[in-house]
Amino acid sequence: MPIKTVDLDSEITHLSILDEKGRVDEELEPDIPEEDLLDLFKTMLLVREFDERKEKLQRQGRIGTFAPVRGQEAAQLGSIYALRKTDWFVPSFRETAATIWRGMRLEDDLVYTAGYEEGIRFTKESRDLPIAVPVASQIPHGVGIAWGIQLKGADDVVLTFFGDGATSEGDFHEALNFAQVFRLPVVFLCQNNRWAISVPLHKQTHSKTLAQKGIAYGMRSLQVDGNDILAVYVATREAIERARKGKGPTFIEALTYRLSFHTTADDPTKYRPADEVKEWEKRDPLPRFQEYLIKRGHLDRDMVKNWTTAAVIEVDHAVERFERRLDGMGRDPDAIFEHAYAKNPPYVERQRREVEDWVRARREEGGGE
Amino acid sequence: MAGVTMVQALNQAMREEMARDETVLLLGEDVGVDGGIFRVSDGLLDEFGEKRVVDTPLSEVAIVGSAIGLALYGFRPIAELQFSGFSYQAFHQVEGHVSRYRKRSQGRYTVPLVIRMPYGAGVRALEHHSESREAYYAHTPGLKVVIPRSPRKAWELLKASIRDPDPVVFMEPKGLYRRGREELPKDRRKVPALDGAEIVQEGEDITVVAYGAMLYRAMEAVKTLEREDVVNAEIIDLQMIAPLDSDTVNASVQKTGRAVVIHEAPRTLGVGAEIAARITEESFLSLEAPVKRITGYDVQVPMFAREQLYLPSEERILQGMRDTLAF
Ligand SMILES: Cc1ncc(C[n+]2csc(CCOP(=O)(O)OP(=O)(O)O)c2C)c(N)n1
Ligand SMILES: [Mg+2]
Repeated sequence: MPIKTVDLDSEITHLSILDEKGRVDEELEPDIPEEDLLDLFKTMLLVREFDERKEKLQRQGRIGTFAPVRGQEAAQLGSIYALRKTDWFVPSFRETAATIWRGMRLEDDLVYTAGYEEGIRFTKESRDLPIAVPVASQIPHGVGIAWGIQLKGADDVVLTFFGDGATSEGDFHEALNFAQVFRLPVVFLCQNNRWAISVPLHKQTHSKTLAQKGIAYGMRSLQVDGNDILAVYVATREAIERARKGKGPTFIEALTYRLSFHTTADDPTKYRPADEVKEWEKRDPLPRFQEYLIKRGHLDRDMVKNWTTAAVIEVDHAVERFERRLDGMGRDPDAIFEHAYAKNPPYVERQRREVEDWVRARREEGGGE
Repeated sequence: MAGVTMVQALNQAMREEMARDETVLLLGEDVGVDGGIFRVSDGLLDEFGEKRVVDTPLSEVAIVGSAIGLALYGFRPIAELQFSGFSYQAFHQVEGHVSRYRKRSQGRYTVPLVIRMPYGAGVRALEHHSESREAYYAHTPGLKVVIPRSPRKAWELLKASIRDPDPVVFMEPKGLYRRGREELPKDRRKVPALDGAEIVQEGEDITVVAYGAMLYRAMEAVKTLEREDVVNAEIIDLQMIAPLDSDTVNASVQKTGRAVVIHEAPRTLGVGAEIAARITEESFLSLEAPVKRITGYDVQVPMFAREQLYLPSEERILQGMRDTLAF
């Protein structure tokens, strides 16, 4: 009766295709059409510009607080690109890049961030969930959707996003367990950006990897360089294909970094060494992708310049439309009472009329807000 | 400017209690190095070290659940939840255990912990950051629910909560965190035990019951009312939602004959409903008008652009008082 090592029947691989200088591993390099590569790159430029503009707008008090993407563009775009439009996208609260890729209009994001429900726009065909602020709370939803897909015998897949901090919440663990027990078509994409507000990864968990948390549930789990858009794409595509074929879920830990603040309400200089940020600036996903595209002959410096300008103009226009919409929107109370129930109970309707009367009375008095 | 803000007062209360009693410790997300996202625990890590000011991993259920264990073992933990909107992750620990260890062990074990959480609207925050759900906690027998109205009160009530033998859910009206300053008492050692409501202003014509951020609006509205209508209002700050001190309220209503209750939480089954019921039960013959509730509406708190339309405004409060007086 000796002590034996238990074979866990699993190992964790780490995938990287594009290094920090934009050099590619040609054996692993995916075959992505040039047009798509350039689209992804343009979106990266746009998201960067949009982040910066939002920060300015927030500082001016024109929008509320938000969570920037900077540094995590490759983790989001590489993975979301692998998803079909008819698949399901289940974000947390930092997935602006992925959401833009799915078709969200910048102006809607601004309207939302300015505190208006009118910024939330889903079509009937939409398979994107709204952002989920309570950390990890969306993960079981992704699992349930995948369960529905399985029950119906459809071939759709769910891609669920969350952060490193989320892996400390029960919702995460319980959801992963369900997903594997039922072998559901869901991919868990963890953006390990090394920080949960002020809490660094080493204080969040003593696990060597986050990927091994998936292994605990018997799930296929792996790590990728999250700042390498090609690696993220390859890993997610494979996971999605497996899920689509009924081979069950995958947990992907994308190693990345939050280059900016947590949200505009946060001051990272209080807890984060500047050196660490500098180190990660060198691994910025954008220049790396840019170098790759240039080396491949898809891109030249002039194009980068023009597209950067185009991104600025696109954001300018979005901001203009946003401001025009705010003007027209006023502060009528309907949005407070709509969509609370399928049909509001009578006392809620009376409350609605009460607010309407107040607003009308105020207008008649010529009072402002 | 003289005095301290509510944030500073809470900080001071924790600092003093931690210095006084070494079993007091603080745990929560971002409470240490960052000093709390609202800076309520600023400097405490430096002063008391990382064994007593603990940055935890991101899990509300483990924060509250392990605070229970610490309390069972003899510590007096202060568990900070970053927002009340994320307190539900720990709700089963609160309902299932915090509220009933005394009962479940026939008095052998108690969990004298404090669960602090910012709550309420008014700071232009994201979804889930503006709710006022004190009724969930007040509905759980065995818990005390405390809500301070001012820096001085925050200091006093937090200290009393830390010393209290029962578990306290301490809800901090974050809209008041940096609104106004007050001096703390000279003698810092004397702390009155938790004890019900406080009459903030005496009056004869109408009883105005409120707490937290709405108390200020009520006071502003009362000023206008007294100026324009020549009446006197008695203003009561509940301070504690549970146990609910309806004796103070009833004594007042038996004098004034009229009452309004103001809170930002939804109307239905809220604190106002309980107050109205207890007034009806005990002061029915004194009533000259129905008890009026001026509250948030029975829908989800809207996003921040419209949160002021959702919250009871001074105008709404004034109108409610006038309707009650004219009834
Ligand atoms: C349940 C819950 N607790 C606390 C918070 C406050 N909060 C918002 S984001 C965050 C950190 C999240 O870290 P991580 O999961 O790593 O995601 P990241 O912000 O790095 O993208 C915290 C504590 C929350 N939104 N939800
Ligand atoms: Mg993180």
